[in-house]
Amino acid sequence: MSKVLVKSFGCWPLTEDSETNGEDMKTFLDEVNERINGVPIQRCYHCRKCTAGCPLASVMEYNPNKIIKMIQLGMKDKVLGSSTIWLCASCETCITRCPNEVDIARMMDALREMAIVSGVGAREKNVLHFHEAFLANIRSNGRINETMMTVNYKLKSGDLFSDAAMGLSMFMKGKLALISPKTKDIQSVRGIFDKTKNA
Amino acid sequence: MKVQYYPGCSLHGTAKEYDQSVKAVSRALGIELKEVEDWSCCGATSAHATNFRLSVALPARNLAAAEKSDVKEVMVPCAACFNRFKSAQHHLGHDAALKADVEKILGRKVEGTVSVRNPIDIICKDIGLDALEGKVTRKLTGLKPVSYYGCLLLRPPEVCQFDDYENPVLLDKILRTMGADVRPWSYKTDCCGGSLTISRTDIVIKMVDKLVAMAREAGANCVVTACPVCMANLDMRASENVRLPVFYFTELVALAMGLQGPATWFKLHNVDPTPLVSGLGLL
Repeated sequence: MSKVLVKSFGCWPLTEDSETNGEDMKTFLDEVNERINGVPIQRCYHCRKCTAGCPLASVMEYNPNKIIKMIQLGMKDKVLGSSTIWLCASCETCITRCPNEVDIARMMDALREMAIVSGVGAREKNVLHFHEAFLANIRSNGRINETMMTVNYKLKSGDLFSDAAMGLSMFMKGKLALISPKTKDIQSVRGIFDKTKNA
Repeated sequence: MKVQYYPGCSLHGTAKEYDQSVKAVSRALGIELKEVEDWSCCGATSAHATNFRLSVALPARNLAAAEKSDVKEVMVPCAACFNRFKSAQHHLGHDAALKADVEKILGRKVEGTVSVRNPIDIICKDIGLDALEGKVTRKLTGLKPVSYYGCLLLRPPEVCQFDDYENPVLLDKILRTMGADVRPWSYKTDCCGGSLTISRTDIVIKMVDKLVAMAREAGANCVVTACPVCMANLDMRASENVRLPVFYFTELVALAMGLQGPATWFKLHNVDPTPLVSGLGLL
């Protein structure tokens, strides 16, 4: 219990969803810090420079600095189920300005990966559909074929008709190829996907 | 000058005018480009947003391929690719366990001996602005651009190590060298919304409209960028009442040097820049 207290920097560990019946149980905070493998996020003292500079903060469910506090409080379900982590555009303004060098952008990456791995999925479903379509296309061709990737995204998301006029215009200008050059050694690319696959 | 060339996926597709203008400008400036052997996608946003090891291994595959050449520098025009390569090198250089892991995945070593450069950097530092000025045959008089650097060329600063991350100037200097009246503004590095452009178009429209409105407020008649996603967003997502023509900076360099190509490239844009450019007698 004392180890957990120290790790929470003197805060009583108020946990909403995590099991803390022993010192060997990894907390949500531990998990996140392990994935970031850099400055521990509890170094944040809530100056809010990250939130102030975040271009997506106004549309996020919880502000970036609030997410940090929620992680410290063990609010795993709320954090992984939030729209915040999926609306982060990875602009890296937060880490650039943080006086304590907390890598908030990397934290968002880690939280997204944890949401996928734990089966929670994405609160912003289309954002994840986009990433899935993108990565599937790389796995298939080695290089992105933007046309086929977009078709795949539209089928996944069910958003069939947005940008249809724009797409047609681009196609007529020759900007959307149906067939594009692939990486020759495609097996090496697929090998990367297979070996980094999250269980 | 000889460098390797990593175009990335979008330069072969929706950003083909960037690819063509980079190649034309490189030829004219005496930069010989050799494409990285059998390159594959860097993973862009989607890899790092969902799988950390994948996001390092994908660019590392290309770094390993580039290291086989005796040419030690790679020009990477796309800001996202540039950022992913720099990021991969940064992680591999700081985490020995990760390096071992990635080398095992790739089945080959990644030494970190290749230098990843973007074309703005190469033109300013290696070619030099004086040499560039010497090649200008048509000053871009009347063009009032704002320089839009976006996010990924500059941040995080210790990864990108390119220009001031709050008030970068290298692109402004290139444009000024070519005679453009570069307008100062406060939105050089503000995010355009990036890859949310397809999944949350509503948000990107708001972000882009803000940027273009601020460009107009600064007295600009166009926006200049060096990133395929920024270009796509500024060119295609701005609302009709604010939109401005957007250029890849290399298109303007080609225009100023009197090279073949600009008229064709401009036809590929969504917001047609031809009226602006012809009206100024530049085309």
